[in-house]
Amino acid sequence: MRPQTSDGYTKRTMTLEAFSDTIIPGERRFPGDRAVAGAASGGGAVAAGAVQLLEWDATGVTAGLDDFAALLNEHARAYAGQSGLTLDDSVPEFVALSFEDRTELVRRLVAPGHPEKQIWISIALFANMAYDSAAHMDTAEAIASGHPGLTAMGFALPESDGLWRFRDYSYGRPLAALHPDTTPSGSPA
Amino acid sequence: MTATERTDVLIVGSGFGGAITAYHLAAGGARVVVLERGPWLTSKDFEHNFKLGSSYTRIFDFVVGDGMSVLGGNCVGGGSVVFFAALPRAPGFVFERRGSIGRRMWPAAISRDTLEPWYDRVAESIEITKQGWEDVSYSGGLWAAACRHAGRTANPVPAAVDTGSCTNCNWMMAGCRFDAKQSLQTNYLPAALSHGAQIRPLHEVQHISKTEDGLYRVHYNLVDDEDYRVTTGNGVIDAKIVILAAGAGATPVILQRSAPTLGPMPHAVGRYFSGNGERLNTAVFDEDRVREVLGLSHGDGLAYAANQIGKGPTVANWDRLDGSLPEYTRYSLEQLYFPPGLGTILAQAADGDGLAWFGVKKKEMLERWRSWLIIFQMIEDDNEGVFGPPPATGNADRISQQMLGVGRLQYHPTANTLRAWGLADAEVKDILERDGLATVTPWTNDVVGAYTVHPLASCRIGDDPATSALSDEHELRGHPGIFVTDGSAVPGALTVNPAMTISALAERAVPAIVRAARERGIEVSYGAPAPDGSVGGRRGVAGLIPILPRV
Ligand SMILES: Cc1cc2nc3c(=O)[nH]c(=O)nc-3n(C[C@H](O)[C@H](O)[C@H](O)COP(=O)(O)OP(=O)(O)OC[C@H]3O[C@@H](n4cnc5c(N)ncnc54)[C@H](O)[C@@H]3O)c2cc1C
Repeated sequence: MRPQTSDGYTKRTMTLEAFSDTIIPGERRFPGDRAVAGAASGGGAVAAGAVQLLEWDATGVTAGLDDFAALLNEHARAYAGQSGLTLDDSVPEFVALSFEDRTELVRRLVAPGHPEKQIWISIALFANMAYDSAAHMDTAEAIASGHPGLTAMGFALPESDGLWRFRDYSYGRPLAALHPDTTPSGSPA
Repeated sequence: MTATERTDVLIVGSGFGGAITAYHLAAGGARVVVLERGPWLTSKDFEHNFKLGSSYTRIFDFVVGDGMSVLGGNCVGGGSVVFFAALPRAPGFVFERRGSIGRRMWPAAISRDTLEPWYDRVAESIEITKQGWEDVSYSGGLWAAACRHAGRTANPVPAAVDTGSCTNCNWMMAGCRFDAKQSLQTNYLPAALSHGAQIRPLHEVQHISKTEDGLYRVHYNLVDDEDYRVTTGNGVIDAKIVILAAGAGATPVILQRSAPTLGPMPHAVGRYFSGNGERLNTAVFDEDRVREVLGLSHGDGLAYAANQIGKGPTVANWDRLDGSLPEYTRYSLEQLYFPPGLGTILAQAADGDGLAWFGVKKKEMLERWRSWLIIFQMIEDDNEGVFGPPPATGNADRISQQMLGVGRLQYHPTANTLRAWGLADAEVKDILERDGLATVTPWTNDVVGAYTVHPLASCRIGDDPATSALSDEHELRGHPGIFVTDGSAVPGALTVNPAMTISALAERAVPAIVRAARERGIEVSYGAPAPDGSVGGRRGVAGLIPILPRV
């Protein structure tokens, strides 16, 4: 477990983790985990690799991450001000919010009409993709290594050559009457 | 000094509209060059992998707009490589639609009956399987059984899938590894190549100008094969005939960008865009109810739990495709599969009184992913999409190295469209929530707006110059020698999957293009057989074409 004081564990990382955890929440990684709020059991977007994905320049959002984290913390400060909340200043502002408040703030930022909507949507999309498709990993390897998202979803294992094939795929019997006007080509009339 | 390259016919885009015209013109004797912005991958390159940079993100394109996002192909073969291969013909009433223009949207010359011989030509060229119940995936079977339980019919959908080699892997969107999907790489494109057509991947056309001697000059950029944000060069080719087939999300943008050099474009260029009325619902099934109410079960005693298995859409409900119903109340409801990522992000979980596409409830919904069933609505929308001024290059500002960009399409659904979606949502709910079978929620339109894999009509054919950009022969009004043969030519929503109709229209457009080419001194004739040599389809259209005989 990474102690929260180590050099690598920056304010930016914590902020991005807390944002990703709001999109697909997970359980705390270690006692006293602040970024991950522990709102759900099992690993969430953070354990699935959301920060690794965001930090991969193929996404096109990497260069903006410093700014996004700073902006998110500004929003959190303003939110706290409006709501009369006092924030613990030992962690970034967004991280200091409760899970419910993080959720409410993110809801506002991604809502239609918010001027920065596109930024927050794109970060949210990649947080989602880290969890539900492991877009930073080879899919077969991700499943083999117990990737939290694909595993929780029950994504099947590939065959030994890394390809998926399903030999059983059909109930194999008529299950409804055909539309009476179906043409010989099988199309609607 | 090197002379500018010249060809007879320059085709932009290698999807349905490009491949079909490339084949016929090359087979008829014209020199044909096809410029395609995407890479040229073949079945051995198609990976089963969601990782960014795998074939999935290289051949796929996702352009976010204002109120509408468009998904499409980005490779040699265009949409046919990534598509789900459902190829129904459009129902007859569609051709009589008036939409919001107060007159028939389609040219008088086209109806289901007059298009039928052209559909037949396509059916002879692309191997379409009329699927039986034994081909239908578990998810299609579940949809059928639920339809029957609700007193409705359901049909296996005709599809360009060879059921013998299909493994039901559901990786169709990454390209078919097993050559079971009959993409254009298995029919029209190899036939075009064998007749000398050239296909150049990673060539993105930007605009068209005119030369002093009356040729069209097509300007392109060379695109890096890994990072599509990077341009590695540029060039021009001169041609007597230009065929635009870059897809309905891209063709109008090329024309808009060409207006300063070619002169004003018809009003309808970049207007009347239709998303084919698409909208998706996700049902999460109660496995016990599937067994008890529908009597379904399969291997290992599972009732369903088979969302991942299959080959895209296999069963559709067509009860509302009834021409006696009023416009905007007719739609089809088709079972579908979308992989995680594109298929999960927009799904919404019931959360208190509302719906949420992220958070704790969404995560719980994902944990039941195997019991999901996605239902695809195709309603009659109102052609309300409009393209704003074009971006610097291509049809989007690219964000990620591949796949994701931001375009200029604006789509604000009218009351007609919203009402039709509401009707279809309610019907899906009615069918699937009966007797506690499932919980149904619509995908959110708040994240990327509405979304479509079926962009249409942004440069459409018609009889009325005020509301159509093309004549009924697909020639761009005011710009003789430029033709458009892709989905943008289709006048409006079709209530079924569009590729069959796009293809039939492209087949139908060829004789007039051949005539225009001959008028410009190109030695070309019409009358090639199907790509595999079959001649039944050619016989079927012979009477419709004045210039058929080969020279
Ligand atoms: C996931 C998915 C599933 C689908 N499933 C079905 C289905 O089951 N049934 C069905 O009927 N339809 C389906 N479709 C829709 C179908 O693929 C499209 O309707 C069809 O491909 C459109 O044909 P087109 O000729 O208009 O253009 P496309 O097939 O999109 O071809 C356009 C080509 O032009 C290229 N291009 C774009 N801009 C430029 C440029 N500037 N320069 C050079 N080249 C350019 C593109 O890369 C592309 O290859 C699906 C689509 C998707 C995305």
